[in-house]
Amino acid sequence: MVEREVEVLNRAGIHARPAALIVKIANQFESHLYIEKDRMKINGKSIMGIITLGAAYKSKLTISTEGVDEVEAADAIEQLFLNRFEE
Amino acid sequence: MVEFSILDLLDHDLKDHNQLKLRCIGGRSGLSRTLTDSKISRPGLPLSGFFEEFSYQSVQLFGKGEQRYLKKLEEEKNFASIEKFFSYPIPTVVFCDGGEPSSHIISLADASGCSVLQTPLESAEFTRSLIQLLDEIFAETITIHGVLVEVYGVGVLLTGESGVGKSETALELIERGHRLISDDTVTLRNISGNFLIGSGANNLLAHHMEIRGLGILNLTNLFGVGSIREKKQVQLLVHLEPWDSNKNYERVGEELTELILGIPVPKVEVPVKPGRNVPIIIETAARNERLKKLGYFSAKEFDQSVLSWLESESARNLYYNNEETF
Repeated sequence: MVEREVEVLNRAGIHARPAALIVKIANQFESHLYIEKDRMKINGKSIMGIITLGAAYKSKLTISTEGVDEVEAADAIEQLFLNRFEE
Repeated sequence: MVEFSILDLLDHDLKDHNQLKLRCIGGRSGLSRTLTDSKISRPGLPLSGFFEEFSYQSVQLFGKGEQRYLKKLEEEKNFASIEKFFSYPIPTVVFCDGGEPSSHIISLADASGCSVLQTPLESAEFTRSLIQLLDEIFAETITIHGVLVEVYGVGVLLTGESGVGKSETALELIERGHRLISDDTVTLRNISGNFLIGSGANNLLAHHMEIRGLGILNLTNLFGVGSIREKKQVQLLVHLEPWDSNKNYERVGEELTELILGIPVPKVEVPVKPGRNVPIIIETAARNERLKKLGYFSAKEFDQSVLSWLESESARNLYYNNEETF
């Protein structure tokens, strides 16, 4: 399992479009993706789950991946957060 | 640990008959104090000067008796134990039966940073509602990936990998007149170690669903309020999984259970493949679960009938065989 700490850097926070983007990237990998905020841990391959986290600007999340391509998956998702979801 | 302040308690939106009807009548600076457990204390003994084992971390409830005693102490100008009482970091004091403490008591509470609340409810009734509320708030909680629906009055939790068809199955169930509690993320609470109550993780976002190809849908608008519910006890777990021809699935109805937060929940595993009507399997599983609650176990009864039939058959054979020997 690979774990990474990420921060939401785009102003609008994680709304529908960034959530869809995360799911799209996550689905390119076989590994499971989980995203954790406060005491809530959700499946990173589900749009509604990610939106439900209510991740606003500057909130800190923990992403974890598990599976054959876990490192690549974690890298790709981390990159997405660093790029502010292309916003 | 859950942070639950007195302000949260005042703000908490409770339904009709469970309302606490609380009102803050003093010590507003103390509204930020937090509750840490679901106990309630009646401070009769501390007021009379006995402070050993005083559970100062609990809500302090003043019923008719305590209020009368407080008045008596004031008339006697005996403030020592009242002052000592407020020197503890008490979360809040509540006056039941609409009781009004004197302005001196309120100023004492104010000075110590303790809020004073008032409710028109009778102390026994208030205690019942408050314990119920606090039990729910301090209950052990987990958030899981799944869909919670109510089918024929049975709370059914659908689990399974992303893309196995949980949401589509739920949609079909709603179309057939069943109800959705939450899609995708379900928060489960262990209520006093007896039942598991499931609800949406967020009231604003609950009752929305994401269907591949359609996007995000508001089910309340699409299907009406009759198709949704806020919370429901989880009584059956249905695990959907892609059909695996190498796996042995349950064929005769032996019972599986899974522990969630320490509570056993009956479980069925349903393999999914194109053309298989999963909603009707879930409806049938829910009906079967209700039958079991009523004491009728289809699988066991069937087995019993087979056994007694075999028995009678062998008895008849014995008789026939005997006849043949004549």
